[in-house]
Amino acid sequence: MSANPTLAVKCREVLGTFALDVDAEFPANGVTAVFGPSGSGKTTLLRSIAGLHRPHGGFCALAGEIWQDERSFVPPHLRRIGYVFQEASLFPHLNVRKNLLFGTPRSDTTTARRLDEVLQILELQHLIERSPHNLSGGERQRVAIGRALLSDPKLLLMDEPLSALDDGAKQDILPFIERLCQTLAIPVLYVSHNMAEIERIADTLALMERGKIIAQGPLAQLQANPDLPLFDSAAAAISFDAALSHYDAAYGLAQFTVSGGSFVVPAQQPPALPQQRLKVLARDVSLSLSEPVGSSILNVLPARIDTAKPCGLHHITVSLRLGARGEGAVLLARITRRSWDVLALQAGVHVYAQVKSVAFERG
Amino acid sequence: MNALPQEIWQSVRLTLELAALTTVLLILIGTPLAWWLARSKAWWKEIIGALLSLPLVLPPTVLGFYLLLLLGPSGPGGALSSLWGVRTLAFSFTGLVIGSVLYSLPFMVQPVRNAFEAIGPRPMEVAATLRTTPLQAFWRVALPMAAPGLLSGAILSFTHTLGEFGVVLMIGGNIPGQTKVLSIAIYDYVETAQWQAAHSLAAGMVIFAFLIILALRLVERRISQGVGS
Repeated sequence: MSANPTLAVKCREVLGTFALDVDAEFPANGVTAVFGPSGSGKTTLLRSIAGLHRPHGGFCALAGEIWQDERSFVPPHLRRIGYVFQEASLFPHLNVRKNLLFGTPRSDTTTARRLDEVLQILELQHLIERSPHNLSGGERQRVAIGRALLSDPKLLLMDEPLSALDDGAKQDILPFIERLCQTLAIPVLYVSHNMAEIERIADTLALMERGKIIAQGPLAQLQANPDLPLFDSAAAAISFDAALSHYDAAYGLAQFTVSGGSFVVPAQQPPALPQQRLKVLARDVSLSLSEPVGSSILNVLPARIDTAKPCGLHHITVSLRLGARGEGAVLLARITRRSWDVLALQAGVHVYAQVKSVAFERG
Repeated sequence: MNALPQEIWQSVRLTLELAALTTVLLILIGTPLAWWLARSKAWWKEIIGALLSLPLVLPPTVLGFYLLLLLGPSGPGGALSSLWGVRTLAFSFTGLVIGSVLYSLPFMVQPVRNAFEAIGPRPMEVAATLRTTPLQAFWRVALPMAAPGLLSGAILSFTHTLGEFGVVLMIGGNIPGQTKVLSIAIYDYVETAQWQAAHSLAAGMVIFAFLIILALRLVERRISQGVGS
């Protein structure tokens, strides 16, 4: 038993040609994303935690409350979980209000208050009397999320809640999920095969491959790990949880501090929250040996090369530490092998990282 | 219609009573059976399913013959009924009800089973994750979602019982007020060359059957529009 409450899961099972073999402890706070290709066992893992699937000889406990061990198995309706499925799966014979209140005990003032809260966060007020088949895909999924929250769970499980939606609906609903994840007092386990989604909401990341969790840790740490597939992907990036330090209204620029440096990001309005998540793609970072002058690039940060790894035949992914002495946060740069050779770069070399674009991920 | 003798009205009432009681019993028996057939993973469930569907293909006289043996004075039905002083269940209204229930069982079970299977496992899983016990989920989710199937099952069982002949003839005979249902009455009138009475009854049944089937279609359409896909 560790000091911090955790969600502990163990399942070892062979399903046809596929073997699920997980023995993990997830933090029982914040958002933990489980990332992996389709068929890597993410959904089976989530269903086992919910009790919808019963792995033989499995174990599952949330903050010390045992849901499954060798002797006992708590059925799903007795586990305090909220589950958001890939498809909204609303009850077609009930309207939005009745769907939302399906899992809540008797109606009382607390229920009414929580219903109001959920309606407001998910912007569902105007849909409350509608029948599910008069809702768009995104609206349906919002109702499904609200319904799960109103059952007063201690753990929210989300199984690719956006994957059945088209791109437009995805963009509509992501901000709701982000807001929820930031405000919820309960831990969230979020399964997805879309890294861009995960980079916006996850605090902790677990990587799954062929039924196994191959790595687990804070998001930025896994993004920066050269041994993991994220490092080699075309969308390799680092996510920063940055603090707003200054807003320049005249130019519409917000300055954020991260460990070992700062980023300037265009922002029409002063950011609403002092903490923002920023994302810098490796391919948007170039390197220079001397401090560039007369450049239009806003962000030039001193850094030191930590490691580098070839990416394909002609590119190199470089892992940098920000700061003049290289003591700050990690940043990734994807450069050509030619530049690497011409500039004679190697580990330990001090460089200037020019960041072409920094994306707001939350706010 | 005043020309119809008292005897005919007695048959009409008896037939409707039989059909109504049979339908109620079938809802009570058929729904759990259909649920089990839709959900069970037991390998032998299809054997039970096939047995329950036998009345669809068996000549009614075959079913009637075995029922006669079962319900008669020397069968288990007779032994049971002798407990309350009745020699046999055959040739009684009770016997007719038992026969009708067995005979119409597939007409109830099949549509309801299809409806339960069409729902799929997901809604019940959702209900479980919303703190609903399996029994509550059955009442609050499975039954309302399968309502169109239940309704067609009920209406089909009702009309099927109205038109039953072979089984009734085998186990019920022709006792006015007890077992003489409409189909038997028509047969009787034709046998005794009372064409006028046979005409009235036959035409009445055609119209009634048509109205029922039409109502069934309309209600099914209403439900499928109201509930959505």
